[in-house]
Amino acid sequence: MARKPAKANRRHPLATVVLIAIGLAFTGGGYALFTSTATAQTDTASSTSQSSVDEGKKLFAANCQTCHGMALEGTPAGPSLLGVGAASVDFQVGTGRMPLATDGPQAMQKPPQFTEEQTQALADYVASLSPGPAIPTADQLTANGNATNGGELFRINCAMCHNVAGAGGALTEGKFAPDLTGVDSKYIYEAMLTGPQNMPVFNDHNITPEDKRDIITYLKYLQNNPSPGGFELGNLGPVAEGLFIWIFGIGAVVALTVWLTAKSN
Amino acid sequence: MAHDASSGKDTAATSSGLDVGSVGTAIEPSTVGHAEADGGLAVITTDTFTNPGLPPTRMRATDLDPKKARNAQRAVYTLFYLSIAGSIFALAAYMAFPISDDLNSIRLNTVFLGLGITLALMGIGLGAVHWAKTLMSDEEGEDIRHPVRSNDATRTAAVQIFDEANKESGFGRRTLIRNSLIGALVAFPLPAVILFRGLAPEYNNPAALLETTMWKTGTRLTLDPSGLPVKASDVTIGSAFHIIPEGLNDVPDRLEQKAKAAVLLMRVNVADLTISPGRETWNYDGIVAYSKICTHVGCPVALFEQQTHHLLCPCHQSTFDVNNECAVIFGPAKRPLPQLPITVDGEGYLIAQSDFTQPVGPSFWERS
Repeated sequence: MARKPAKANRRHPLATVVLIAIGLAFTGGGYALFTSTATAQTDTASSTSQSSVDEGKKLFAANCQTCHGMALEGTPAGPSLLGVGAASVDFQVGTGRMPLATDGPQAMQKPPQFTEEQTQALADYVASLSPGPAIPTADQLTANGNATNGGELFRINCAMCHNVAGAGGALTEGKFAPDLTGVDSKYIYEAMLTGPQNMPVFNDHNITPEDKRDIITYLKYLQNNPSPGGFELGNLGPVAEGLFIWIFGIGAVVALTVWLTAKSN
Repeated sequence: MAHDASSGKDTAATSSGLDVGSVGTAIEPSTVGHAEADGGLAVITTDTFTNPGLPPTRMRATDLDPKKARNAQRAVYTLFYLSIAGSIFALAAYMAFPISDDLNSIRLNTVFLGLGITLALMGIGLGAVHWAKTLMSDEEGEDIRHPVRSNDATRTAAVQIFDEANKESGFGRRTLIRNSLIGALVAFPLPAVILFRGLAPEYNNPAALLETTMWKTGTRLTLDPSGLPVKASDVTIGSAFHIIPEGLNDVPDRLEQKAKAAVLLMRVNVADLTISPGRETWNYDGIVAYSKICTHVGCPVALFEQQTHHLLCPCHQSTFDVNNECAVIFGPAKRPLPQLPITVDGEGYLIAQSDFTQPVGPSFWERS
């Protein structure tokens, strides 16, 4: 007999698979438990600045220093954070780009890994060690500026990467400028101020705080007003529009031609 | 029957010629059966077939069933009525959704006016085609082409008219008048040649215009579009400033000048720069200025990646390395972007040391 009876096996054929699954579950569960306890202790973040800085220091040590170094000096795995300021931390952590999930062309936006208080604590800690751009105040973010001026500045400084309607666009080697629709005014402001990742810095000498407010006004205007030209097709320009007309426009022409030349039954 | 009356005789001729060898020659003296045809070298097809004529007319459902014909008729006039409704809808939409200062009103106006006009035209078009396909007779028939040549009497009369006109006007006889008229007609279009030439640039040498820009020694670098000068201390590492020459907003040919003189100013770590001999003083503490006009076909190259120091052209993905004097590292561009030599003046503002040392933008015929 080519086939042995099942009882001859000491172990069930699926035993190895089950064992690996149990091992993985233990490791993953243990890791999740450990990390949640590490962040759970920060839930009592105080509102006072010094305790916030202390809280931020703990969070930084637990979550950031592997790559960014004990004293923010940076390592081969991550850049120095000296001088990046609170605005940079608030942008990177607040939009979920940091902590980095995987190595890749650029850090992807994902659900934030920290609460607002924890993000604030991290920002306070980083800002306490070296000067840098601060988180914009609420009155800098009111989208009630001059949309016309904002539009002109956006077209000169931003549109080549982010698209004239802020729909985003491709860069080199897998990087891209993200879609700006629906992005919080605070993060737009912080991105201009700090130049996250490959975006250039647009400091207050280049684009003044009033100009930044105008640009935000323009973006919010675009977002809140439908395009006067009808369907935007994602505002992606000739690619999306060409695809649409090739499929639906020429498709309709072909269908009409078939109908015109077919004999009636 | 439309086919040539002699073709039947051709068939008869070949079928009577039983000599197999003679079939392939195709050209044979017409000895058999070609009584009225010219006996020249006619090509005789040996394998003609008889014209099968038109296939029998296929009856459509609407031809056979009067109920279906009535339905088709209803569909056609419904489409035409729909077209009328569409036209009225378009008229109403024009009045109901006027274009105001609000941009959204343009959208409503266009959409509803367009829908109405589409319905009006599509109704007529679809109705007409449906009418033709289902109700109009589709029996196929033949119309024999009539000869184009007029009969001899008409032709003679036409020649007489021309002769008479020539005689009465003296066009053929009074050659001085005729020749001067021809001369006048030849001379008449000449002013147009000058006028059309006047539409072209009046400069004698367009190449000279392409070789220089507005930048001169000491011209301040100013922000686009405000025209405010830029201090070297304002340009932090990783910054990208969109720069125009000082005074650009005041010149009458602003856009023409901007198209040549636009500059992208960036600051990178000075230690990262690779500088070739002769360019040591062209940057100021890591602040570099490069022409924004792509050397491929002249798109504005401004997609600066501050970490990789790549400068990407959005049109055809030419990529330039800012650290390495904007050398081409990818894409169809053939030359690096020209660098603008810069320094600072006594007040700390960035100024140009000179114009670009080579023509900016894409190649042109006279470019050395």
